[in-house]
Amino acid sequence: MELKRVVITGVGTVNPLGNSVEEYWKNLKNGVSGAGPITRFDASLHTTKFACEIKDFDPLKYMEKKEIRKYDLYTQYAFASSEQAVADSGIDLEKVDGDRVGVIWGAGIGGLQTFHEEVRAYKEERPRFSPFFIPKMIANIAGGLVSMKYGFRGPNYTTVSACASASHAMIDALNTIRMGKADMILTGGSEAGVNACGIAGFNSMRAISTRNDDPKTASRPFDKDRDGFVMGEGSAAFIFEEYEHAVARGAKIYAEIAGGGMSADAYHMTAPDPEGKGAYLVMKWALEDAGLKPEDVDYINVHGTSTPLGDIAEPKAILKTFGEHAYKLSISSTKSMTGHLLGAAGAIEGLASVLAMRDSIVPPTINHFTPDPEIDEKLDFTFNKAKEREINVAISNTFGFGGHNATVVFKKL
Amino acid sequence: MSDVAAKVKAIIVDKLGVDESEVTTEASFTNDLGADSLDTVELIMEFEKEFDLAIPDDEAEKISTVGEAIAHIESAL
Repeated sequence: MELKRVVITGVGTVNPLGNSVEEYWKNLKNGVSGAGPITRFDASLHTTKFACEIKDFDPLKYMEKKEIRKYDLYTQYAFASSEQAVADSGIDLEKVDGDRVGVIWGAGIGGLQTFHEEVRAYKEERPRFSPFFIPKMIANIAGGLVSMKYGFRGPNYTTVSACASASHAMIDALNTIRMGKADMILTGGSEAGVNACGIAGFNSMRAISTRNDDPKTASRPFDKDRDGFVMGEGSAAFIFEEYEHAVARGAKIYAEIAGGGMSADAYHMTAPDPEGKGAYLVMKWALEDAGLKPEDVDYINVHGTSTPLGDIAEPKAILKTFGEHAYKLSISSTKSMTGHLLGAAGAIEGLASVLAMRDSIVPPTINHFTPDPEIDEKLDFTFNKAKEREINVAISNTFGFGGHNATVVFKKL
Repeated sequence: MSDVAAKVKAIIVDKLGVDESEVTTEASFTNDLGADSLDTVELIMEFEKEFDLAIPDDEAEKISTVGEAIAHIESAL
């Protein structure tokens, strides 16, 4: 069976750097940090009191008042980015065959805030939960509700692999269209982890930064003094479309999704394999899947979360995958600006990769102050300032707790 | 309007996101106010909480309009 080609014809996002694609891109290029004190809940008793929050999000732009109450924030973010992507793609919802359009979404956790609120309201003497507790909280409801809004009756499910969730969704979307099972897939991911459970839970793991005196420099991937990731939130959505289908309707094409790789560390619950074995395999397999050689790659949007261990393992894997070519790559961790969107990370970072390719600009890794002797400084991490560079092939790495790795390959058409 | 009726209507306006003028005594939760089966269960639970009473499932099933809800709660108090 001949595999079909798949392209991106629509994009949308709400994230800590902006509530539209162009606002996000402008702030990424300019090296703006999305971090600040937590406003979403009273964090005064929490170890970490800051995060990368979405600013001025207006759910009424995307859904009815009645829906807002029934949808967890992670679903609201999915609605916002999906609406933008559908509009951007220019598809005529009246004419499109909804049976041939699917939704494959990514969410690492789902309705964490809903879970917290409902369990807090639980009374042992008369145990009853809201009928919306389960359907509002489950990690797959965002993708389900989005399909209802647009009448997309094609394949529909949600991938859950912690911080690799959205990338797994995008790879599955690619493969579904490649095999002819759908003409279009709405894909991406959303997460809403800036809440008491999210902050306290990751604090207990010593996974997030505690640099309360200077939130804007707290996310500092590959810097010697990094002390954990910064919690982010939001969503990005894409319309993936079969190439001939896109051409036939005269669609604007951002890039081709050339391939994807998936692997596991098989090492530890939360720590990465110190030698980056799983990370090496996932990049190798992603390139093989795309039919590309390591030398074809120009840019890597790395996982680079600003955690002590992860930021050492990933460069090792890059050196192993790319050999001498590793030193010619442009590399950046846009988490230095957006914070870590957990299950939505692969979506906003895939979007950053596509926009970098479109405009020939590598967004920076901000907050670099002190080199880490354990990280090969000959690698070009695009520290502190964006760089002009033509990009023909970009890859986006995401690694999740549980040892899940996923890499997506984007190619200029 | 009785105190109970006012509270019942306020809960319906909040939970179903409808306009207060739509919440007439005769209005049916499902047919007139756009509630689905989950909304209806939630409404009953809110009434129980607001008025500190228990509405058993077999009685809850008989409450389908605003007026029936008010009447049930007033008789139970």
